[in-house]
Amino acid sequence: MTELARKLRAVTQRRESAVSTGVSIPVVVIIAAAAVFLVIGSLSSSIFAQQTVAGLAQGAIFASLALALVLIYRATEVINFAQGEMAMASTFIAYQLTLWGLSYWAAFFAALGISFVLGVVIQLVVIRPVQHRSVIAVVIVTVGLFILIDGLVTWKWGADLKFMQAPFGNTVYHVGSVAFSRQDIGVLVVSILSVILLGILFRYTKLGLAMRAAALRPASAALVGVRVNWMLAIGWGLAAVLGAVAGLMTEPSQFLQPTMMQPILLYAFAAAVLGGLESPGGAVIGGLLLGVFLNLIGQYVGFATSELRLPIAFGVLLVVLLVKPNGLFGRKQVRRV
Amino acid sequence: MRRIPVAGTAVGLVAALVIVLLHLELSNYHQGLAVRVGIYFIAILGLNILIGYTGQISIGHGAFMAIGGYTTAIMSADHHLNLIATLPLSFAITFVCGLLVGIPALRLSGVYLALATFALAVSVPQFPLKFSKFTGGSNGIRTADIPGNSWLYWVTWGCAGILFVLAWLILRGRTGRAFRAVRDSELAAASSGVSLPIYKTLAFGISAAYAGVAGSLFVLVTNGFAQPNEFGVLLSLQLLIGAAVAGLGSLWGVLAGAAFIGLLPTISADAPLVGSSHGQDVVFGLIVILIMLVLPNGVVGILARLGRRKHA
Repeated sequence: MTELARKLRAVTQRRESAVSTGVSIPVVVIIAAAAVFLVIGSLSSSIFAQQTVAGLAQGAIFASLALALVLIYRATEVINFAQGEMAMASTFIAYQLTLWGLSYWAAFFAALGISFVLGVVIQLVVIRPVQHRSVIAVVIVTVGLFILIDGLVTWKWGADLKFMQAPFGNTVYHVGSVAFSRQDIGVLVVSILSVILLGILFRYTKLGLAMRAAALRPASAALVGVRVNWMLAIGWGLAAVLGAVAGLMTEPSQFLQPTMMQPILLYAFAAAVLGGLESPGGAVIGGLLLGVFLNLIGQYVGFATSELRLPIAFGVLLVVLLVKPNGLFGRKQVRRV
Repeated sequence: MRRIPVAGTAVGLVAALVIVLLHLELSNYHQGLAVRVGIYFIAILGLNILIGYTGQISIGHGAFMAIGGYTTAIMSADHHLNLIATLPLSFAITFVCGLLVGIPALRLSGVYLALATFALAVSVPQFPLKFSKFTGGSNGIRTADIPGNSWLYWVTWGCAGILFVLAWLILRGRTGRAFRAVRDSELAAASSGVSLPIYKTLAFGISAAYAGVAGSLFVLVTNGFAQPNEFGVLLSLQLLIGAAVAGLGSLWGVLAGAAFIGLLPTISADAPLVGSSHGQDVVFGLIVILIMLVLPNGVVGILARLGRRKHA
């Protein structure tokens, strides 16, 4: 290990233990209880099992978008309200590439690459100049981006529904009396895989180390030679890639239209807040929990029809913010007066 | 201590005169546009009290407009209430709703409040779909009478005038000082005896009530229809943007913000590059980002800066 990397690691670790998310015992108990409940329920009822798997698949999508939000929030304490619209634009780009003759998966990876570049460019051009101003200013800029991207996509491709080739086919697997659609499994695998790959990037590469350092201790990181501004831009790029995965995995069930990611963005907000807004692992668990919760409540509570999915997610968000504002894995905020 | 501000009164009288004279000059179509500007004026006025004067952000004021709009539509369609009488009712109902939202908002600030109010904006349009027996579901509900543009022009700008004076009265005195103290430093305000819970929820209530009246008028100008998709998240975003253009914390800039979001879609509809109906969103987004990058204090900010330079 080079001298530089060692210094960097020291800087990062000291800070990370200071902000350490400290998984508390009650939280572990709650999550373990939830897992046990899901397993027992799935073993005793095939409808329960189907809803759980479908919920996990949707939850994995929420998790990828929530993780994109958390990546940016951790680095700059900014919520990117345009994250969902950026994801939607990435999906349209993939759609355009398939129209030009690329196969689905070639278009998929090309769209991820393009999204990365766009994410970096957006950070450099519009976010960096306002970064050090008030929260309200940055929020308004991302709201402007929201409308701009929405307008560009609707202008270019129109507002009517479009369809891409189904990436996972329509096969349904039967395990006992339980039917799993191949699409749900595929969505789950792709989303979780992208989250794991990102985790590896952050944990085991020098770039990831530099990015963590830039996010947690910008001044110290700059002193040991990290180009902090570039790291923030790359963070936006990676968030855009995760968003693109979420968009492309939403498309098989919601189809392609400019508003497709607006509800998903709310679910991702709720998932990220549930996980603590600063914790990548929390965002993933929060997303999966929310996906399963929404599906099960829709199945078993007669009043909670599909129109109430969004209000219920809003309720989850509000309850978490009021009862446990630092979420399941967030650190306690200590403010010196 | 309390002088009658001569300049302010004069400007107000001139504004009233302009409104009256404009009514004679404008065609029916342009009166419709002026009504829209007036509606945004009212909503942004309220939002500005919240964001600009107490420093609490809301991306959810479209939700309060929805509540006000449905109040008017339901009271008119099902209970045959006079349209004018529905306006104070909207004001009262959304004032209470605003207080109720303001209470949990006490514990939130910055991005958390932005997130929660955004979620509010996305969620509220779902309720008419769920309770379609009262609200007509996605088809919406229509008021019993549909007023013409000329009637709307008088009512809208009349409301705008009353609410502007009300805002000015609230903000110039004790309450306004308390609001600004909360914005500048909650700690300092609290230690000088300003009750944070009371003033922060009060600001939410007032600004929601303004949005509620705007929502009622919004329903009337769209042929009396209250529909869920009219109160979608984009409406809330537009209000926020109007407030940003206005320059947060200034009452006169509100007119500029309202004209911006009320007229830009019409003006840019003829622009060569973006002639299609969705090109306007492109222009909208671009201008907002440019304003935030170039003019951080909104339109009033440049005027103030120019003024200062002249005197310096």
